[in-house]
Amino acid sequence: MTVATPSPNVQSIKPIILDELEAPPLPLSKMAWLKFRRHKMALVGVGILIVIILYCTLGGVIFSEKYANYNDTGIALQPPSQVHPFGTDVIGRDILARTVYGGQISLLIGLTAVMLETTLGILIGAASGYFGGLVDNLLMRFTEAILIIPQIFLLLVMAKFFAGNIPNITILGREFSGSVVVIIAIIGLTSWPYLARIVRAEFLTLKESEFVLAARATGTSTPDIIFRHILPNSIAPIVVSATLGVANAITLEAYISFLGLGVRPPTATWGNMLEGAYSYIENAYWLWLFPGLLILLIVLSINFVGDGLRDALDPRSRAV
Amino acid sequence: MHRACNILLDLYKYAMTRYIIRRLLQGIPLVFLVSILLFVLLQNMGDPLATMGGRSLTRREDRERLARQLGLDKPILVQYVYWLIGNDWTKVDINGDGIGETPGIRKGVLRGDFGTSLVTRQPAMQLILSRLPNTLLLMLVSELVVVLGALFIGVYSALRQYSFADNLITTLSFIGYSMPIFFLALGAMYIFAVNFKRWGLPYLPTVGMFDPQIGQTPWQLLIHMILPVTVISVNSFSGYSRYIRSTMLEAMNQDYIRTARAKGLPRRETVFIHALKNASLPIVTVVGLDLPFLLGGALVTERIFAWPGMGRLFIDHVSRGDTPVVMGIMMLIAIAVVIFQILTDVVYAWLDPRIRYD
Repeated sequence: MTVATPSPNVQSIKPIILDELEAPPLPLSKMAWLKFRRHKMALVGVGILIVIILYCTLGGVIFSEKYANYNDTGIALQPPSQVHPFGTDVIGRDILARTVYGGQISLLIGLTAVMLETTLGILIGAASGYFGGLVDNLLMRFTEAILIIPQIFLLLVMAKFFAGNIPNITILGREFSGSVVVIIAIIGLTSWPYLARIVRAEFLTLKESEFVLAARATGTSTPDIIFRHILPNSIAPIVVSATLGVANAITLEAYISFLGLGVRPPTATWGNMLEGAYSYIENAYWLWLFPGLLILLIVLSINFVGDGLRDALDPRSRAV
Repeated sequence: MHRACNILLDLYKYAMTRYIIRRLLQGIPLVFLVSILLFVLLQNMGDPLATMGGRSLTRREDRERLARQLGLDKPILVQYVYWLIGNDWTKVDINGDGIGETPGIRKGVLRGDFGTSLVTRQPAMQLILSRLPNTLLLMLVSELVVVLGALFIGVYSALRQYSFADNLITTLSFIGYSMPIFFLALGAMYIFAVNFKRWGLPYLPTVGMFDPQIGQTPWQLLIHMILPVTVISVNSFSGYSRYIRSTMLEAMNQDYIRTARAKGLPRRETVFIHALKNASLPIVTVVGLDLPFLLGGALVTERIFAWPGMGRLFIDHVSRGDTPVVMGIMMLIAIAVVIFQILTDVVYAWLDPRIRYD
């Protein structure tokens, strides 16, 4: 009975297709922007982010890094004044200049750690979802094993594992404490499990779809199917997760540095500027207020943007 | 009829038992995998001999002797086996002639011996268990505050979806979620302890569990808990309240709510009996999966407020390379996570008869 009556359906679809042809379909990026624009807090987030990035880059033009690391114990712990708008720290360094350079490093750590995390998450999730069977079983057990330990515990143990004498490194004429690389590596190495699970779920459904069957039938190689056919179709949750991951990485860096196992001085980060600030809670609020506020602002704005992106990119959320 | 029901119930119990056993059998290798990963990571935690002997161990022979006594001269695989099942079945070579002569004394983790702390020389488990009640007190009270508060706020904002109050709550929970714990903690300390004291107002204590001059009274404990509990709650509150808001919204759109309204039930009854009861089921899962992580305590909060719990124990002993204690804390959490995952599934299936595991 039901097989015999498909025709009314087909006819009712036809005029819609004609209608669509008159207005050409929007590309994904444009459609996403139309939805993103409606998310007021996400736009505020983008605004704050731009201001913070300008603060970190233009500030670097005004203050030299030498000035940011210059210490004079004679002017230690001075409250905010005209000369030092954010005050000075325990050994007399200018906090304003240090938040500028600290911000650069914090942003650098956030972005590169997420790159590492996303690469690992995609590779492991894709292999697990696409190949299935034993590969899936082994990789997912490994993923679960990492998820069992709270991330901050794992980070502290790994920070201790890689600590020791790491030489300073010089990139583009600037000297960094080698611990920056260690922090990036350990945050990236411990953050991928969630993303891997998302990617795996996407691959599990997409690998059964017809375009993958078509690609396989025309003899497309396995890497091409994975990276050029399936991956672009599962990019939305990856972008959202990576955006939120930057906020997460910046917070984690701040936690480890706050606990004294993070980036070593003289390289400043917003996190390690807070280390030991609570010993001066009674008389030097400026030690923790400014770097703390900056971390809050950047994490908040990235979370807003991530939320907006989720609404804009997720096909299951409501249409424009 | 009654007989048939009994058979079904028996079958159900049988399926459940089988499910629990299968999950346990999957969980045990997972815990082993975690222990191996951690054991390898902890091998490079710094110099255990320096931790143990301080500066007094300057003679090379003494260091070697201690290393042999601790089994540090053995390959990592042997060290892991000793950690796991102990070394009282073999002889330890302490004098360094290549032949074991002293019987080992370690019993191994499988027999409940987590080794001796290198810092305090107490049994590691004893040290951990002495801190556990403090952490549980802090974390369970916080969890209770969070769940009750989130239930209230979540239901409130679901009933007034997209109203001014709902939007305000959404924005505030975003801020609470994004707020780094140390910033919140330092800010709260600065306002409620430092400035209240300065202004001559009654101020809150910031350090420890008790004032040593007043002693261990319940009142002291209560006022020492206010700041840490608030800080932990604000941070994890928003996730819960957003979740309750969405499950509540979903429940309010169900047919049975429309039926309840249509037959003229008072609004209070529809919301709290019909909707909330169904909406709170998924929350059981979230709470159940979060509970084992409370064991670890809140590292940063305990550090800032000098709360003598597991989190602080962990930080102190990680930085001094005290492998037995660090390993003990993490294994405790790992085992709790596995057990609570199974418990959560079982409780959820028991609460929601639509769910079957087979």
